[in-house]
Amino acid sequence: MTSGNFKRFLPLGIFVVLVGFLAIGLTLDPREVPSPLINKPVPQFKLTVLNAPDKTIAAQDMLGKVWLLNVWASWCAACRIEHPVLVELAKTNQVPIYGLNYKDKSPAAIAWLANFGDPYVKSLVDADGLVGIDLGVYGVPETFVVDKQGVIRYKQIGPVTPEALRDTILPLVKKLSAS
Amino acid sequence: MKALFIALGLSLALMAQAKVAPNMSADPALEARMMVIAEELRCLVCQNETIAASHADLAVDLKNQIRIKLAQGQSQQQILDFMVERYGEFVLYRPPLKTNTVLLWLGPFVLLGIAVLMLVLNVRRRRRGEQPPAMSDEDHAKARALLDTPTHT
Repeated sequence: MTSGNFKRFLPLGIFVVLVGFLAIGLTLDPREVPSPLINKPVPQFKLTVLNAPDKTIAAQDMLGKVWLLNVWASWCAACRIEHPVLVELAKTNQVPIYGLNYKDKSPAAIAWLANFGDPYVKSLVDADGLVGIDLGVYGVPETFVVDKQGVIRYKQIGPVTPEALRDTILPLVKKLSAS
Repeated sequence: MKALFIALGLSLALMAQAKVAPNMSADPALEARMMVIAEELRCLVCQNETIAASHADLAVDLKNQIRIKLAQGQSQQQILDFMVERYGEFVLYRPPLKTNTVLLWLGPFVLLGIAVLMLVLNVRRRRRGEQPPAMSDEDHAKARALLDTPTHT
């Protein structure tokens, strides 16, 4: 290639590289910040059970099983979109789903579950959002996959979709349950 | 200048607190220290804002956390570490210089270096009076052939 040719194609080359970078950028979601909690133990918590304010559940009560922790709230619009997916999943009994009722009012939360169905084994009340902060929650709904040792193995930011269930969450649950 | 910043920080703190008056600390010095730390943290709900500037629910909660931790006597570094443990390094408004952020920090200087290098080379070539040939010999031959072709005009 002569230097004349090189100069002629330089702008095109730069353009192609730029388009490449922008194309990659389009496929990334800046809202999905990788969680530093992956492969770390679930933060300690001891929370009241929604529906049964005299009962509490602590993080160590959950040891020995693979479970999902779904952060939800009655004020959260995206949770409504996600909810039927969770209700369907609960019917299949593949994995217990626990809810973290995040910064919600319990009567509103109970009414919400009565309206749309309750896929949760139990929902835990995090009224002041402190456990949410320990979990690094910044956009409800979020869903964590926790293994038998109480270690967080995956975090879904935003609604659980049927695709995410089929391709990521359920295969992971199967793998973790077998181990 | 510093006084101006502190005054600005305080007034911002007051504005930010207007909504959550019950949580506001009565101690203006604590509020000022809280705002200094809040300026270092990114609001993950509204990613281009600091927690100090944001009125998002989460930002208000995190400001309360900073207040509580300052009142417990924790240092700025301890509080920033607490946030990074939960939200990742992205929560730091000024990303630290590490292997995976080297390009971010040094990239602009590399580009500047390339630009300066090109400028210097170009200027030197011009000084020496070496103009790059505008046309290759082949081009000249083509042009000659065209010029020599008899036309009808």
